Amino acid sequence: MIETENLTKRFGDILAVDRLTLKVEAGEVFGFLGPNGAGKTTTIRMLTALISPTSGGATVLDWEIGREDGQIRRRVGILTESPGLYDGLSAERNLAFFARLYEIEDIAGQVERYLRMLGLWDRRSEAAGTFSKGMRQKLAIARALLHEPQVLFLDEPTSALDPEAAHMVREFIAGLKHEGRTIFLCTHNLDEADRLCDRIAVFNTRLLALDTPTDLRRQLYQRTVVFHLNRVDPRFVERVRGLPFIRTVRETEGKLLVALDDPEGNNPTIVRTLVEAGADIQFVGELRRSLEDIYLKLIKEEGTGSGSGDQGSGFAPT
Amino acid sequence: MDKIWVIMRKEWSEVFKNRFVFFTVAFLPLVLTALPLIMLYATGSSGDLSGLSATDIPGRFTVLCGEMSEGECAQYFLVSQFMLFFMLMPLMIPVTIASYSIVGEKTTRTLEPVLATPVTTLELLAGKALAAAIPGVGVTWIGFIVFAFGARLIATSPVVVARLTNPLWLMAIFVVGPLLAVASVSVAVMVSSRANDPRVAEQLSMLVILPLLAVFFGQIAGFFFINERLILWMAVVLAVIDVGLLAFATQLFQRETILTRWK
Repeated sequence: MIETENLTKRFGDILAVDRLTLKVEAGEVFGFLGPNGAGKTTTIRMLTALISPTSGGATVLDWEIGREDGQIRRRVGILTESPGLYDGLSAERNLAFFARLYEIEDIAGQVERYLRMLGLWDRRSEAAGTFSKGMRQKLAIARALLHEPQVLFLDEPTSALDPEAAHMVREFIAGLKHEGRTIFLCTHNLDEADRLCDRIAVFNTRLLALDTPTDLRRQLYQRTVVFHLNRVDPRFVERVRGLPFIRTVRETEGKLLVALDDPEGNNPTIVRTLVEAGADIQFVGELRRSLEDIYLKLIKEEGTGSGSGDQGSGFAPT
Repeated sequence: MDKIWVIMRKEWSEVFKNRFVFFTVAFLPLVLTALPLIMLYATGSSGDLSGLSATDIPGRFTVLCGEMSEGECAQYFLVSQFMLFFMLMPLMIPVTIASYSIVGEKTTRTLEPVLATPVTTLELLAGKALAAAIPGVGVTWIGFIVFAFGARLIATSPVVVARLTNPLWLMAIFVVGPLLAVASVSVAVMVSSRANDPRVAEQLSMLVILPLLAVFFGQIAGFFFINERLILWMAVVLAVIDVGLLAFATQLFQRETILTRWK
């Protein structure tokens, strides 16, 4: 659906995107995470045929950027970082203008469909300039969908929205996923990416990591099981540490944090060992790293240059 | 062509909501059309102008008067100074519209979604340029037609009226006018590509009227007078300049430049 090969963009001496190679499958929600100035918007602009790459290439829906830009623009939708609405025009006229540029046949029908879908139909005659941020974002989303694109690029869709509006937009994106559209989602909101995305790329001029959120956690951090005990005795720590498959054991706030490779296989042995040592186990669970932990670790490693190889942290793009 | 028309309609419905732009397009032509008519009426009702011709009309101008009486020549001299206003309109109006239309897109960041559609850069630029140029040229032509009819109604000398609506002025209004509008839009596009405030863009673009003001003051000072040869030269030179300006403006109005350098 989207495939890039060593996609690179330079602005004079500034390297904005460095040899980006990735593949986004049809129907996938693909998260593209990175700090400000990482080159995310530049990447979106290249993939939507708005600007051309300096070197490397990409195909979107099998159309090659730089050679078949018109075909790409016809078939992809983009929600730009700023809604970019004509404030003096009504919501309806804003959409009708874009519908004409996209050469949509049933302009009135499509405009009505998306205005209703996003709850703006009753305010269709009002100037976009009078709308709240949330409503403006909804109108911009409607504009991106008017021509029924197969691939949708969303650049920070919930930034600057209040929690209610952001929730509504997220629900809408989830709905689009169920329709089978491919979504390339640029976001700073890591919780949003965690909830919506099938796979995530962490990017800072170059690709630092790419995988499913779950596998990113696994690859970046050892799996850790938390044993909540009634009381922690130093003997418990020693007994667990003596087990052959254990990597590390830490005690913190009445809990044992045990790092190991195969919790599913080894947890029963740990539980048995603790019980035999006299421990009262209240609860056992796996420590879940947030996407924020992963993101910050990758970006920090990138900043300190501790990443290894071409792909920063050593994660090969899949 | 459809998309150019779509863009033009959008530009008009947006730009004319701005009171300043609307005022410039509606009020300026009214004033600039009324002035030569008032001058024609004032000089026609002031009786004998032969005294003026003897002392104040430059000698070289009287050559242009041909068979006219001294009074008619004086009236023609005075009114022809104001006829240059009809060449000012296609310069000023497009500058105002283009400055708001293009810099407005910059400030509201509305251009990126447009560029993401299948519209070509040429269609976009043509739509914006025509949306700016057509009202300027249109009101100039309408103003001149109103002037021509008005002159016939109020002027005492049919010879003077015939002179003021002869092929010289028809060419000035209907050929040089649109060429001036093209120059004006091109300069506005170039300036707007660099400026970030519509007012700054407009003020800088207004520098395009300086050459015409030089013609205006040059004629008043008697350095030269608008005649067929001068108009023809203006048309040829402007056509050449327009080609260069358009090429340069198009170069500056590139998709990538707009997206990455417009801040």
